[in-house]
Amino acid sequence: MSDVAWWWPYVMIVVAGWLATDMWRWLGVLAGGRLREDSELFVWVRCVATALVAGVISKLILFPNGILADSPMWLRLVAAGAGFAAFLAVRQMVIVGVLAGEAVLIGGWLLLGGVPG
Amino acid sequence: MASSNEIDPPGGPGNTLPSRVWALRGARAAMSIPALILTAAFVGYAGLARETGLSLTETLAMTGLIWALPSIVVLTGALSSGMGLVPAAIAVALASVRLMPMTMALMPMVKVEGKTKRWQLLIASHFVAVTAWVYAMRNLPDMPREARLPFFLGFGFAITSFVFCATGVAYLLVERLPPILAGSLFLLTPVYFLCSLWGASRLMADKLAMAIGLALGPVFFLYVPGLDLLWTGLGGGTAAYLIHRVVRRGLS
Repeated sequence: MSDVAWWWPYVMIVVAGWLATDMWRWLGVLAGGRLREDSELFVWVRCVATALVAGVISKLILFPNGILADSPMWLRLVAAGAGFAAFLAVRQMVIVGVLAGEAVLIGGWLLLGGVPG
Repeated sequence: MASSNEIDPPGGPGNTLPSRVWALRGARAAMSIPALILTAAFVGYAGLARETGLSLTETLAMTGLIWALPSIVVLTGALSSGMGLVPAAIAVALASVRLMPMTMALMPMVKVEGKTKRWQLLIASHFVAVTAWVYAMRNLPDMPREARLPFFLGFGFAITSFVFCATGVAYLLVERLPPILAGSLFLLTPVYFLCSLWGASRLMADKLAMAIGLALGPVFFLYVPGLDLLWTGLGGGTAAYLIHRVVRRGLS
């Protein structure tokens, strides 16, 4: 990245980053402005948004970025499943789920001999 | 746009707390598990940004202006590979489509009919990202209507500022995390989302949408990469909605 002007990354960040992201939020405000909380359309929009976020979650678990990609997929699935089960078991406390998931991941990873590097 | 010039006291009848108090409550709510989880995710990102060769100001500009981690990761890749402005904008736009239905689903919850101005909602919308969204969907319905927008603004502003600072500190301090620690930071986010999304779903349709979305996400990712989340949302959400309708009609 040394052959480009110093300001070019900032143009990229403002146009390809900020505008390309916030335009969806602004469109959501314009389109959601007329929605009523008790309408059928709203129920559908909620379903679409929920399914979408769920898609983000399973992608993060199955196709992770960075070093987590070095862990076996089954271990990530077991860890996430254990976290969710603990969350359901202990009065739906999010912190319990997160800690249980992490404990299974780290414990399993160490048992398997850790990470290369 | 409705132009009402009457000067209302903050909070209507039956809601005596001023907006400021709700904004502070929102900020306080953010300074807990949500901020911790998101900080962990951005500490992981700061490491990636540094490895990629982004400067501190570039990293912070992306954090503050974009405020949606998947889009930030896409733009980081685009910057490091010297991609052009238009292809990069398209790639980022595709990664952020999800923000539109999310914002749409939030708006009817935070606005007060005839009182909330559109510019207030446009400002609030910048804070829409998965963490704040699931928190809002789960907790706002229990609050008085007038309290929701100030609470969300306080929550969003506090968590954005905190994570912004934490990202800067992490960029400067974290040379290299132990690999297992770095890896487990990346699992915090999905497990946190998984639990809070379940907590946020009130109707059977929402829970169904979540289950179908979890299953469809990877399938579409493999077969229609790029547009995968859009299809997961539209396909999974519509299927869940239809099943919910059929079941409800069958029972009544």
